[in-house]
Amino acid sequence: MREGLKTQDGGIQYDLSASTFSPDGRVFQVEYAMKAVENSSTAIGIRCKDGVVFGVEKLVLSKLYEQGSNKRIFNVDRHVGMAVAGLLADARSLSEVAREEASNFRSNYGHNIPLKHLSERVAMYVHAYTLYSAVRPFGCSFILGSYDQDDGPQLYMVDPSGISYGYWGCAIGKAKQAAKTEIEKLQMKDMTCRELVKEVAKIIYIVHDEVKDKAFELELSWVGEVTNGKHELVPKDVREEAEKYAKDSLEEEDDSDEENM
Amino acid sequence: MAACMSANRSENAFSANDLVPEWAQEEVSTGTTIMAVEFDGGVVIGADSRTTTGAYIANRVTDKLTPIHDHIFCCRPGSAADTQAVADAVTYQLGFHSIELDEPPLVQTAANLFKQMCYRYREELMAGIIVAGWDKRKGGQVYTVPMGGMIVRQPVSVGGSGSSYIYGFMDSNYKPGMTKEECLHFCTQALTLAMERDGSSGGVARLAAITEDGVERRVVLGNQLPKFSNV
Repeated sequence: MREGLKTQDGGIQYDLSASTFSPDGRVFQVEYAMKAVENSSTAIGIRCKDGVVFGVEKLVLSKLYEQGSNKRIFNVDRHVGMAVAGLLADARSLSEVAREEASNFRSNYGHNIPLKHLSERVAMYVHAYTLYSAVRPFGCSFILGSYDQDDGPQLYMVDPSGISYGYWGCAIGKAKQAAKTEIEKLQMKDMTCRELVKEVAKIIYIVHDEVKDKAFELELSWVGEVTNGKHELVPKDVREEAEKYAKDSLEEEDDSDEENM
Repeated sequence: MAACMSANRSENAFSANDLVPEWAQEEVSTGTTIMAVEFDGGVVIGADSRTTTGAYIANRVTDKLTPIHDHIFCCRPGSAADTQAVADAVTYQLGFHSIELDEPPLVQTAANLFKQMCYRYREELMAGIIVAGWDKRKGGQVYTVPMGGMIVRQPVSVGGSGSSYIYGFMDSNYKPGMTKEECLHFCTQALTLAMERDGSSGGVARLAAITEDGVERRVVLGNQLPKFSNV
């Protein structure tokens, strides 16, 4: 609903710039930026007992794409990973911002940046772009995850309005509601990364819409005790096992549905 | 430190400027002996209390143990002005950083901030620092940042002009796994030996023990220092 646009009697338009509030107190440009995120395919991040796992449903628009290209999960620092949804170009530039923050922190203070601090710094940067009419807000949300000996696993999400939240599990993108429902069913605080990887793959397979979006590639990454604190893409054998588990679970559900009918 | 500085000055009591005696033109230096020792649960730091301008003792009861944060101290040998300026700047930066992070700062962070400044301005500064303190992650830690801006963590570290005389004592008497009282005793002895031999060190021995519970300061007055020789 285009409440911002009031053209009937040549009235004021409230949605043309980020520096304008609407009469009911909304900044429409920021809300439109969040819609851009909702058009993108789903990304989820879940924090467990000993690490963090990311899963991204990467829609394959062309058979000509090289497998593994157009990554949606980035390394921000050795111990920090970032999964994105929304305008990919905006997300890439923000990943550079995050990398610089982490690098400057290490250079000034001599140790790994705590994830809460990093997400606050990047959120502050994103927020700055919602204040002026000369620029547009970033059209992407992203999930940051890290693991280190002292703070354990951490998960934060930043959205285009420039707020950062800490989570045990979160989802962004078109199927985020469905994904959130699935995530809430999990007892992640008691799970290890190895168990969680399979569940994350399953959730992505569940929320993927076979009808509207045909082919997709599952991008999985993790950071935790299992990787000694290094964020990396999940190794091939673990990924194949996770995808097999996901596909088998879906078939079981289909079978049980048929039996019920 | 003070010894090598005065080698550049003239031998006469009055130099080119006759109105002011030579000693009043010397740069203020904390000649110094300082040291820091790690133990399980914290650190003990110690320093002498003499500040010199040339051969004149400007302050015989100086406090060279400077708090940088609640559980982090630094010892400042070298030029008094340089080390005070650097310590003030680092105190500010560390305080700001701690508020931003909403948790007490790490000793490693403080030491790195000192290193950044000492390395960047290495040509202008004459400051070697020993940073010591306690934090939740790694417990008691001692980092030494000598002139030039290197940083290294050591279980025990000595610095200042008087340190040259006690390296042997330190090597032969330091044992890992000492208790807080043993460390205090070890520091008192080492400082005493250095103050005996180094002209730029003397006065009283100031000690501080930093643990999770806070800072406990002690002063050992001149006549209470241990006696090593009967002469």
